[in-house]
Amino acid sequence: MIPDNDQPLPNDPAAGGKPRVTRRSFLRAGIGTASGLAALAAALVPLKDFDTSDLTLGKFLQRHYKELGPAEMDQVLQRIAREVEQRYGVRPELRDLKPKDGVEFVYALHLGRCIGCRKCVHACVQENNLSRLPEMQYIRVLEMPRGSVDVERANHNYDRPQVPDPEHYYMPVQCHQCANPPCVKVCPIEATWQEPDGVTVIDYDWCIGCRYCEAACPYWARRFNFTKPRFTHDANGAVIMNPNMNYLSNRPRKEGVMEKCHFCLQRTRAGRMPACLEVCPVGARKFGNILDPESEVSQILKTKHVFVLKQELGTIPRFFYYFDQEYPRTAGCLPNEGYGDAFPESDGSGDQGRSGSALQGAPA
Amino acid sequence: MTAYARFLWRCFRISFVGDWRYYAWMLVLTAVSLLGLNAYCKQLVHGLITTGLTDQVSWGSYIANFTFLVGMAAAAVMLVIPVYIYRYTDLHHLVILGELLAVSAIVMCLLFVNVDLGRPDRFLHIFLRFNFPISMLTWDVIALGGYLILNLHICGYLIYCDYRGVEPTKAFYIPFVFIAIVWALSIHTVTAFLYVGLGGRPFWNSAIIAPRFLASAFAAGPAFIILTLQIIERYAQYHIEEAALRLLQNIVTIALTISLFLLGCELFTEFYTDSAHVASTRYLYFGMHGHVRLVPWIWTAVAMNTAALVMLYTPFQRRRWVMNLACVLLFIGIWIEKGMGLIIPGFIPSPLGEIVEYTPTINEVLVCLGIWAFGLLLYTVFVRITVPVLTGRLQVHRPYQPLPGPGELGAAVPAPGGGGHP
Repeated sequence: MIPDNDQPLPNDPAAGGKPRVTRRSFLRAGIGTASGLAALAAALVPLKDFDTSDLTLGKFLQRHYKELGPAEMDQVLQRIAREVEQRYGVRPELRDLKPKDGVEFVYALHLGRCIGCRKCVHACVQENNLSRLPEMQYIRVLEMPRGSVDVERANHNYDRPQVPDPEHYYMPVQCHQCANPPCVKVCPIEATWQEPDGVTVIDYDWCIGCRYCEAACPYWARRFNFTKPRFTHDANGAVIMNPNMNYLSNRPRKEGVMEKCHFCLQRTRAGRMPACLEVCPVGARKFGNILDPESEVSQILKTKHVFVLKQELGTIPRFFYYFDQEYPRTAGCLPNEGYGDAFPESDGSGDQGRSGSALQGAPA
Repeated sequence: MTAYARFLWRCFRISFVGDWRYYAWMLVLTAVSLLGLNAYCKQLVHGLITTGLTDQVSWGSYIANFTFLVGMAAAAVMLVIPVYIYRYTDLHHLVILGELLAVSAIVMCLLFVNVDLGRPDRFLHIFLRFNFPISMLTWDVIALGGYLILNLHICGYLIYCDYRGVEPTKAFYIPFVFIAIVWALSIHTVTAFLYVGLGGRPFWNSAIIAPRFLASAFAAGPAFIILTLQIIERYAQYHIEEAALRLLQNIVTIALTISLFLLGCELFTEFYTDSAHVASTRYLYFGMHGHVRLVPWIWTAVAMNTAALVMLYTPFQRRRWVMNLACVLLFIGIWIEKGMGLIIPGFIPSPLGEIVEYTPTINEVLVCLGIWAFGLLLYTVFVRITVPVLTGRLQVHRPYQPLPGPGELGAAVPAPGGGGHP
């Protein structure tokens, strides 16, 4: 029997329409639905601890940094300052410092001088309001065996009563502020970009936390907030926090977003030196404007034996390592024409001496 | 329009109808899905610290499963190509089942990507500043979204036509079928490019990854379909041609052979060159400085894949159980090789040479299981709806005709004669 209209049969459970509701089917459906909803509610129970203070409409609708006009930016800064004060009890001086024309920041680090004391690491944590628990650090100091630049032979967790160890040299690594940054390229939502003064920044209010940039960085410079950042308190119970804050640099971050070294923009865009440089006891760190030919970094790049890490990747870092070697060299053989003359006393040892020269200068 | 709403309503209703085994299966899947949801809620509250991820190993089980499932979705073309290009009519009705698998797999992929986000609340930012075409992740969003829509359209249209008993209009689906073929290849290629394009990760920075992805997907996907079809045949009483299974088996055999060959090429290049490049591969296969957490896994995968390959080339492959065992082995083997065997070693050693190992936490595993359970739930519902439509038991202007025999809830309903072939 094939009904010629679309009327469902009375008891057809899958026929749709309005099947006759019997006591049994009503109970069955009711119990099923109720227990299903109860199970769903039970599954959602952990959400009762969810911190909803971070989910305000203003934040939800806040636009990308580059789309904020001056007036809007003011509002956003006020809102963030208010939140910081509410949350941490610290009244911040929050600004949005802009890059200056004719300025491109570069960093130079004297490998011969660095003693591996890690003072830069901790100064950075304080200056940039990095989470203390779990402790996050932008700078990683590698203890390298003499005669090698292979980072896979480095010791990250050296713990010595006294540094430097004579058998090692020390190579601090932080964001290299690449001119061809792989991290910026991969970001699906333009939450990270390169500023005109050469610093790659992150809009912490835009990042969705996919961590693609962290996978892309060849220098392991990026850090992710796996949980809410937490800070320490002083003797009076006040949160220890640097109140000098900037939107694109050291304002407090939220859980679930990426962050990294930004050359202390809250300082350097106001004419000061980065915290890691100021604290360095041996003067291994140099910072400045490469577009100014008189700056110290320009002189270093001109006269010292400089190299960048992982040059073969084409990232064009703005972070240079250098040795004491002065250029042009005053001693040694003069460059002559022809191949043969390039290897005086060509017995094979000359070749080794040349390729090893960079390392010879390293552990001064 | 109301007719279509009615169709959807009937689909919804029928997904609650079945025998006790169906209820038990669905109950288990629902329970595991809810456990996963519960674990995800915990992750939402506390952050990704509930996972085993670190700044060193910043992607783990979520992205590993995502990668594997993109392959499962792409593998639907291995049913489509024989039918629409080579005219293998044996597979004709099975194409829809393959495409529905693709839909379920893509939904799972999207869930896995979402649970991996630190700020899922900002997901909308992807529509506001879309870094296309520079970021490969935006390509993946387009590829996966497009593939989901294509497959939903093709399956939805064909099933609805069958339900109404009308012949589908070719212009409404054939062009999309061909677009979907190319698109399927693109989703897995683009997913490979996510990793391949990173110069700072030598383990991934290899042109062979995309072909390897496709080959392993075309082995694991049809293997899963072979197993599923037999389950459907048994419990939904839907006749599956032996020739269809054998064709899929051939596809699996060839794809697995190519996959293992490409893997061999990769391993030769790495180990024979023996440059600094080999570090991650060495960590994966032999461990490094006493860190050996992945070694047992990858050798399990090697053993399973090799065993499956050998089984599929012996005369015993004609026996069903040998074929099925091979499918199970290679499915698990490829899941290991492509998931944790590809994603995690990419991070070890770190770009600064640090070795930090990774183990997923229980909470993370629960989220993964939850998504798998939800995906299977979805696929079960799809099959539950599709099979009665294809066999003419669920049609417009006609009440649902349950399967004969005890079991299905509708046993009390006097089954009207005529119509479908049980």
